[in-house]
Amino acid sequence: MLLGPALSVSAILFSLGVLGVLLRRNAIVIFMSVEIMLNAVNLSFVALAEQLGREGQVIVFFVMAVAAAEAAVGLAIIIAIYRHKESVNLNNINLLSG
Amino acid sequence: MPSSVGWIWLVIALPFAGFLANGLLAFVRPHGKTTVSLVGSGVLVAAFAVSLVVMSGLAGAVDAAPFVVTYWSWMPVGDLQVDFSFQVDQLSGVMLMVVTGVGALIHVFSIGYMRDDAGYARYFAYLNLFVFFMLVLILGANFPMMFVGWEGVGLCSYLLIGFWFQDKVNADAGKKAFIMNRIGDFGFLIAMFLIFQAAGTLSFVDLFEQAPRLFTINGSTVTLITLSLFLGCTGKSAQIPLYTWLPDAMAGPTPVSALIHAATMVTAGVYLVARTNVLFAMAPWSSFVVATVGAATALFAATIALKQWDIKKILAYSTVSQLGYMFMGVGVGAYAAGIFHLVTHAFFKALLFLGSGSVIYALHRAYHHTGSHADAQDVRNMGGLRRYMPWTFGLMWVATLAIAGIPGFSGFFSKDGILAAAFARGHDHPAFYLLWAFGSLAALMTAFYMARLMLYTFHGPNRTGEDERGHLAEAPWVMTGPLVVLGVGSVLAGVINLPHVLPANGWLEHWLEPVTELSVRYLPEAHLSVGTEWGLIGVATLVAVAGIVGAVTLLKPALLAPARDAAKERGLQRVLLNKWYVDELYDAVVVRPVVWLSRTVLWRVFDKGVIDGALVNGSAWLMRGFGWVGSALQTGHLGWYVLVFVIGTVMLLRTFT
Repeated sequence: MLLGPALSVSAILFSLGVLGVLLRRNAIVIFMSVEIMLNAVNLSFVALAEQLGREGQVIVFFVMAVAAAEAAVGLAIIIAIYRHKESVNLNNINLLSG
Repeated sequence: MPSSVGWIWLVIALPFAGFLANGLLAFVRPHGKTTVSLVGSGVLVAAFAVSLVVMSGLAGAVDAAPFVVTYWSWMPVGDLQVDFSFQVDQLSGVMLMVVTGVGALIHVFSIGYMRDDAGYARYFAYLNLFVFFMLVLILGANFPMMFVGWEGVGLCSYLLIGFWFQDKVNADAGKKAFIMNRIGDFGFLIAMFLIFQAAGTLSFVDLFEQAPRLFTINGSTVTLITLSLFLGCTGKSAQIPLYTWLPDAMAGPTPVSALIHAATMVTAGVYLVARTNVLFAMAPWSSFVVATVGAATALFAATIALKQWDIKKILAYSTVSQLGYMFMGVGVGAYAAGIFHLVTHAFFKALLFLGSGSVIYALHRAYHHTGSHADAQDVRNMGGLRRYMPWTFGLMWVATLAIAGIPGFSGFFSKDGILAAAFARGHDHPAFYLLWAFGSLAALMTAFYMARLMLYTFHGPNRTGEDERGHLAEAPWVMTGPLVVLGVGSVLAGVINLPHVLPANGWLEHWLEPVTELSVRYLPEAHLSVGTEWGLIGVATLVAVAGIVGAVTLLKPALLAPARDAAKERGLQRVLLNKWYVDELYDAVVVRPVVWLSRTVLWRVFDKGVIDGALVNGSAWLMRGFGWVGSALQTGHLGWYVLVFVIGTVMLLRTFT
């Protein structure tokens, strides 16, 4: 059926997400890239659920719930960083430097 | 088992309770002395009384012995089953009487001798602990139990030699004794391992029952076991080559020298050989080594005793020499004779040491009165003491006649028994005649040096000093009393094992037969004709009399100068005074190389170079390098972390899919 194209789209979306995380410097954009990766995975879950049973679809709802929670926490952290540093550019945020 | 034998636990528990009580008092009430005296010597007297009860039970049921009283399983490890158990039989019974009997007397003597000492409670605590461990040693029913006692008496010996540890000399003497003993203990341990490997049991009863099946006569296993055991004996009982600690051990209080370093602890080696007589009888070669070392020690130590000035050093070398006799006895297979000499020696040597203690006590007090710092143990500072201390004088002469082997006194019978046994083995191999000759020569010297000690101490003019002379006096009765009892023992102890040519002979030999019967079939028949035995008795008497007469005619106490005015010795006399330079030899051959090895190789090269340099600092450098690499990775840039994370994930996926 449409499994092959669906998985291909999922892979492309995931790679885009990874590249976004790696290459962009804006924390918000990176955050959005992470969401793209999550949704790419959701897509492959749904596609594979056609063949392997309904559990895949159930997992998607889990991922969505976790993603919502993550968005709430992540945005809160970004806002806190912005208040502190007046910037969301990751080049300016390197407190973990050894 | 007769019910009275069941009381054996009390004999052991009493001294231990005394140790706990006195140990506590030493902390709580360091200056109270009445309680300590009562507890310290009371437990020993009580233990002696209980021992008498146990012995009476044993004597009534003599055929059924040995009685093994098991209290609990101590080490159940796989095939190794060691019980906490005591063995009461004829041999441990004899030792029990000696240890508690002589021990009680010496405890009583200590009340007077140590009266003014600051560490009074500590002293009695140690002494009680010593008796406890000594009893564990002689009553233990297996090798590990015996070893606990063996180590324990070594510990107490160390504590009591270094009792006055404020002087470094005394502390050093304690360490020397402990380390020398450790060398011997190594042999004891090896022997235990070998026995367990060969027999699978460490219990005396089981081992001796199985021994004829397990070992071949003169086989390598049994020879190795017995030689290792004997190494332990040379340490504990001060035989060549490990004897040098005993004379130094005289740094301790004199009653300690009497109890530990004359009457009981140092005889543990003789007891061990007698206890394992089956093994030694199956290893004739080891037995010959035992006899030879014993005879050589008897002679060698006697030569040193000839020229010592310190009264306790003379007695110390005399002890080493007499222990040599005992080993000669058990080495030639006369186990009963060896134990017999052990018993008589316990009486007369304890008496000699306690007598010398009285003398030192008197001199010490005299010097204390005048504030003099002269040596209270040097016989050159004594002389003529018979006028001031008649009891000590008379009793010490009794002990001297006993140790010299004058007929009628106990030492004569026991020494003659050993020499006769050695002579009887002569038709087996002529080397035994040589041992007999060694022993007789040592007996001559024994008589000589003991007479010399008596002449210089009690006869002739007094050399203590004009001012001090008035303060010389006999010791109090609490000290002289035990001396009297020991004096009676020194005379009468001989009747327990009279020679074969006399009526009512060989009681002790007969008594010990259940213990020694297993070994009888491995020993060659050694029988002396009545004529030869009378001849040997004649020679022994002649030798003893010659020694004493020789000393009386050759030595001139009147010409002796006090220690500080004495001229230097020359030639052989100086060699003897310096104990054949054996300490110096050991120092050059063993101590210095070990110190050099420790300092140069082990410390400078290995400790500082390898351990400190390569291992400690090296690992620090290595970790610092790792840390440097690790911290370089922590750039703080999130993109870098994500990249590493992604690469890692991809690599993991490649690995696992």
